[in-house]
Amino acid sequence: MNRNVKDIVVEGITGVSVLVIIFIIVTILAVTIVGGWPNLNLTFLSEFPKDGMTKGGIFPAIVGTAVMTIIMAVAAVPFGVITAIYLAEYASEKSILAKTIRFAVKTLAVVPSIIFGLFGLGFFIGFVGKNMDGLLNGGALKWGQPNILWASFTMALLTLPVVIVSVEEAIRTIPREMREASLALGATKWQTIRSVVLPGSVSGILTGTILAVSRGAGEVAPILFTGAAYFLSDLPHSLSDQFMSLGYHIYIMSTQSSDVDATLPIQFATTLVLLLLTFSLNAVAVILRYRIRKRAK
Amino acid sequence: MNDIKVKVKELSLRYGTNPALKKISMDIPEKMVTAFIGPSGCGKSTFLRTLNRMNDLIDNVTIEGEVLIDNINIYDKNIDVVNLRKKVGMIFQKSNPFAKSVYDNIAFGPRINGISQKSILDEIVEKSLKQAAIWDEVKDRLFNSALSLSGGQQQRICIARTLAVNPEIILMDEPASALDPISTAKIEELIHELKKEYTIVIVTHNMQQAARTSDLTALFYMGDLVEMNKTEIIFSNPARKQTEDYISGRFG
Repeated sequence: MNRNVKDIVVEGITGVSVLVIIFIIVTILAVTIVGGWPNLNLTFLSEFPKDGMTKGGIFPAIVGTAVMTIIMAVAAVPFGVITAIYLAEYASEKSILAKTIRFAVKTLAVVPSIIFGLFGLGFFIGFVGKNMDGLLNGGALKWGQPNILWASFTMALLTLPVVIVSVEEAIRTIPREMREASLALGATKWQTIRSVVLPGSVSGILTGTILAVSRGAGEVAPILFTGAAYFLSDLPHSLSDQFMSLGYHIYIMSTQSSDVDATLPIQFATTLVLLLLTFSLNAVAVILRYRIRKRAK
Repeated sequence: MNDIKVKVKELSLRYGTNPALKKISMDIPEKMVTAFIGPSGCGKSTFLRTLNRMNDLIDNVTIEGEVLIDNINIYDKNIDVVNLRKKVGMIFQKSNPFAKSVYDNIAFGPRINGISQKSILDEIVEKSLKQAAIWDEVKDRLFNSALSLSGGQQQRICIARTLAVNPEIILMDEPASALDPISTAKIEELIHELKKEYTIVIVTHNMQQAARTSDLTALFYMGDLVEMNKTEIIFSNPARKQTEDYISGRFG
């Protein structure tokens, strides 16, 4: 084949690939918006589901997703940041411990999400919760069953690798000269991390957090057995209550409902809400990072 | 000649099995400027970094011998490296202010040492910036980012930041190599002022700079100390042929 022809072919293939991706995104957005927008209104956002979930709103699912996401972030971010600090600052590259942690993080990142759900069921509910009940409640069932705390913790495990990797990357972008400047002024290693390395990694920490949050907000499998409920007539009042979630709500309406066709408008509208939620979270992340970068300059 | 501030005895340093410094011995006098010259890779920067133990940060470095500062071996097991580095400050080749305001850069050292009272910090910041001859240029923008200043100003901010910790010795690793001639002249002028109060050790690639700024000059080559003497002797009448060849530009 002529070299020029090859060029045209390559350009054609790459162009088509891009078009396919754009087509998929546009289709998803178009179908969701067309199907969901007419049903999206204030009542839908602020009401409980009604009539076997064929009518009414998704208020408890929004609240449940938000609360679950917050607890997840509170659990995953500090833990992830601390691990990332250890990997980037303290562990020697050649140490067996650091290699083990890295291997574990990589493995954790590729474990299917349903496995996290099963792990959460076995570990948090079956082991931690059961033992808490034994010790604190004299065996009465409170923590040894699915609830929002265990679901959030399970989700935190799922998103932990994302946090660790993005924070470690951010920490490593702090130039060695900055650390040396601090150490040469008589700062200890911890003072250097606290006052030079971490402030410089804020954008990475935020990115990690938001990526984790937006991934966690939409995941269903990890919370299937660990806390998400089919329908609740009330919002969760304590960490030991179950909760409704947007992703799970879509799943049950499309698979478990007695009248799937009747729930279709609600499904579309719920999907649209979930998409808007994750998109706006990402937008917040982008804006925050932009501001921090601008301030750093 | 002033009293000896730093006495180095048979100091050797290896990266892995690779020798970088071979049994260096030298005396560095107090409140004078000592310059290290030599071709790239000769060990002068490595040697400078042994004086405040910055090489500790690098894996796989082995150091033998002694460095006595005020007659105390800084490689002794009981030495607190953090205190050592407060006493022996360092200015780097590439100016490295933190991504903070001018004020916070200067106040960094005092703050990590536990000073938090604003009036004391204000005083230290002003005094250090004046000492580093940059007060007039930045006094109206103390709370702007230090990164918004020019390269030469940034380097003087770094010097002020070091002075704020109140060191006795200041190590400078090619402090003007990335600066234009006017900024370089300002740094050299500053070195001249600072030696009244501080012991200064400067690594430089620029032989005119060594000749202009220093009282003593040491030539390094391949990890050896070739010759050390008063600067005017090194540049006019060196004892070794190798020194003469280097300063006249015949090698290196």
